[in-house]
This record gives sequence, C-alpha cells and structure tokens, in this order.
Amino acid sequence: MALKMWALRKSLWVYHVNAGACNNCDIEVLELLTPRYDIERFGMILVGSPRHADVLAVTGVCTRQAMPRLQEVYMQTAKPCVVLAIGACANAQGIFTEAYHMGLPVDEAIKAVDPNAIIIYVPGCPPKPESMIDAAVKGMELLKTL
Amino acid sequence: MGSIVLTFILAATGTLVLGLVLRWVDRKVTAMVQWRVGPPWYQTFVDVLKLMGKENLVPVTAQGTGFLLAPMIALAGSGVTAAILWHAIAIPSQAFVGDLIVVIYLLILPALMTMLGAAASGNPHAAIGASREMKLLLSYELPMVLALLVAVAQTGWSFKLGGIIEAQAAGGSVLLSISGALAIIVAILCMQAKLGQVPFDLAEAECEIMSGVYVEYSGPSLAMFLMSRAMLLALMPLLLIIVFWGGLYTGAWWGYLTFAGKYFVLVALVTLIRNTNPRLRIDQTLKFFWFGLTPVAVLALVLALVGIAKGLPWL
Repeated sequence: MALKMWALRKSLWVYHVNAGACNNCDIEVLELLTPRYDIERFGMILVGSPRHADVLAVTGVCTRQAMPRLQEVYMQTAKPCVVLAIGACANAQGIFTEAYHMGLPVDEAIKAVDPNAIIIYVPGCPPKPESMIDAAVKGMELLKTL
Repeated sequence: MGSIVLTFILAATGTLVLGLVLRWVDRKVTAMVQWRVGPPWYQTFVDVLKLMGKENLVPVTAQGTGFLLAPMIALAGSGVTAAILWHAIAIPSQAFVGDLIVVIYLLILPALMTMLGAAASGNPHAAIGASREMKLLLSYELPMVLALLVAVAQTGWSFKLGGIIEAQAAGGSVLLSISGALAIIVAILCMQAKLGQVPFDLAEAECEIMSGVYVEYSGPSLAMFLMSRAMLLALMPLLLIIVFWGGLYTGAWWGYLTFAGKYFVLVALVTLIRNTNPRLRIDQTLKFFWFGLTPVAVLALVLALVGIAKGLPWL
C-alpha cells in the first residue's frame, strides 16, 4: 500500500478541464510545461484523457452548461485522484458569483457526486505557476495520509 | 521444456526492463533537446507501478472481453518476440526454420490488439485512432517486409534468424552493400512507424484525438499497453541488428561493445527523428510509405538479386 502511494506521488498525470475559464489560468497551466518550470522533473505530464489522469486541473467558474460535464469527467477519472481548483473562479466563482449562468462552485459540484473527493484550492487570478507546483506538492503530502 | 520457459521469462523481463530504461532515455533526451531537466531515471518504472495500482475502468459502451483481453495479448506477443529474438542472437545455431516470418507476424500483434481494444472501447476518438492505426499498418508493412527480404536474399535465402547471423559472420554484414544500405534506411523509417513515434504517431495524436486508441484505457490495462510499447522499443533495433548488421559478434572481447554501440546508434536515431519532425497526416504517411519507400525497397531487392546473379557482393 505504501509502495502504491509512493508510486502515485512520484507520477502524477494531469488532465486539464476547462469549466468556463477566460483562458488566463489555462495559459498559466501550460506555463508549467515550459523549460522555466518543467514539471516533468517531478514525473508530472499532461495527458489527453481523464482515464489516464491522477490529477484533474479544473479552471473556470463551472457554468450551468459545464457542471454536468465536469461531474462526468470526474466520474470517468480512475481513482484515486486529486482535484486542483485553479484560480479565483474555480475556488469561489470569483466576480461571477451572482450571475445567472452559474452552476455550483467547482468543489460543491464535485462533492455532489463524490463526498470524499480530495480538492486543493489554488487562489489567484491567475495563480502563479509556482503556486500550482506548491499545490501539487501539497496534494502529494495529502495522498501520503490516505 | 524447462529451458523454453526459462528463456521466455528471462527474455521477456529483461526486454521489459531494457525497454523501460530506453523510454526514459527517450524522454530525458527529448527534455534536454527542449532545454528542460526531464524526469528522474526511475520515472517509467514508477509510471507502470502507479498504473498497476489504479482502478481499471471499463466504459458502459465497451465490449468488455475484447477490451480487457487486447492489452494482455499485446504484451504476450511482445514477450514471445523477445524470447525468439534473444535466443536467436545468443545461440544462432539453434534457430528454427521460418522464425523470421514468425517474428514478422508477432510484431504485428501489438498493433492489431491496439486496434481491437480501441474498436471494443466504443469511443469515437478511439475509432478514429483504430482506423488510422490500420492504415498505418497497411502502409509500413509492405516496405518493411521488402527490406527484410533483401537481407534474406543476400544471405542465401535463409529464413532463419540464426542462418542470417551465421551467413553475415562468414561473409560480412548485409549493411555493407548498396542494396543493404538502402534496405536498412527503409527499415529504420518503418521501425519509427511501428513504434508509433512522432512523425507517425497519428493513431494516438494527443492534442488532436485525445490519445486516440488508448483514450478509454486506465490502470493495469493501460500499463500493459505501455509495457508492450516499451518492449517493442527494445526489440525493433535488435531485429534490425540481427537482420542487417551482423547480430552479436563475439569473435573477440570487443564484440559485446560493438553490439552495444550498434544498439545505441539505432535507439538514438529513433529519438533524433522523433524530436526533429512534426506529425504527418494519414494521407501523407500513406504516400510516403507507398510511393516513397516501397520503390526504394524494390530497387534494393532488384540490386540484391542482380548482385547474386552476377556474383557482385558489393551490390
């Protein structure tokens, strides 16, 4: 069990879900792959399918249209997995809180399908790549306690 | 019987370890080309270990049996190929007649099982990936077999891997003739397509059709496909060395070193081609293999036959 968790921490594969973001956080997520930050040092890579993923990097406000899709993607992800809510919008819907087209916030939308989901909040508009790496490291620490 | 099982286990596990190390080398060199640091040396092993510990999801639209069976057969096919090739290179005199043909068939097995698994998953992205994989297989298989036939013709129509190695040990590598050089160039490009490396990775185009054929695979099934791919990465250079480059020459103490050098050159070529080329479309790939490489392979075969008829070993 300890070996399994060690392997999981050393090889987090990230799937990026855009739940209605303005593209600013998405650019910052892609920044992680560049030579300056290079998250492949820690074994993290971006993958093309939620089936392969261990981390869901969710950006955006989670609109009414996006919410059922986000929940579906979460259920399609192979467990155990971690959700990173990236940016002010994904944390608490940001400046769009009262708007007519909002679904639930990202954390509540995911807790609605899985009450035990691990959610890590990365505040900022957009958050710095450093803080995303920090969040991923904290996620690894959290997985250690499972 | 016991020795057969022992050969299989040793060759399959050895090739798996070698293949995973080579995949790490590939990723590390790619990272260095892109001015990054890249993953640590144990990364590919950890990836496989992690996938083994994850959930194995079967989508509701999938045809479960085929979906779960395909990766196992792919891995088994790679394992048996490993056993035949390493046995042929270690003890050339004990090869059986037609093992080259068996190896060609077994090397198709991973691609075939990828198609089967993708089609069984019931995902439209996977269906596009499977159709591309099939077209890719149709395009590279013809020049590949023609190129291998050059070596077979030059070594006295020997369909035994051991016979090919022994003929080369007596009369020099196939590579050292004009037809042999043409054939190995064709074979290297076909190897790139067989491994699904970058100019020809259209079956699993990541940003286009979301990993294509592997889109619905998770956990242990995905790990088995990854292991099968890693083993192919270790086996294809081995096949090319056996057929074109004289196999394991152990006439002197530096024989093992030259073998390692040849192996390194072929693996480095795969990484080099992968890092310097953009992905081709499927129609471009088909044109490249059928109208570009097949005539070259036919020319090499004709040159080899003329060389045999006229007694000119350099042709």
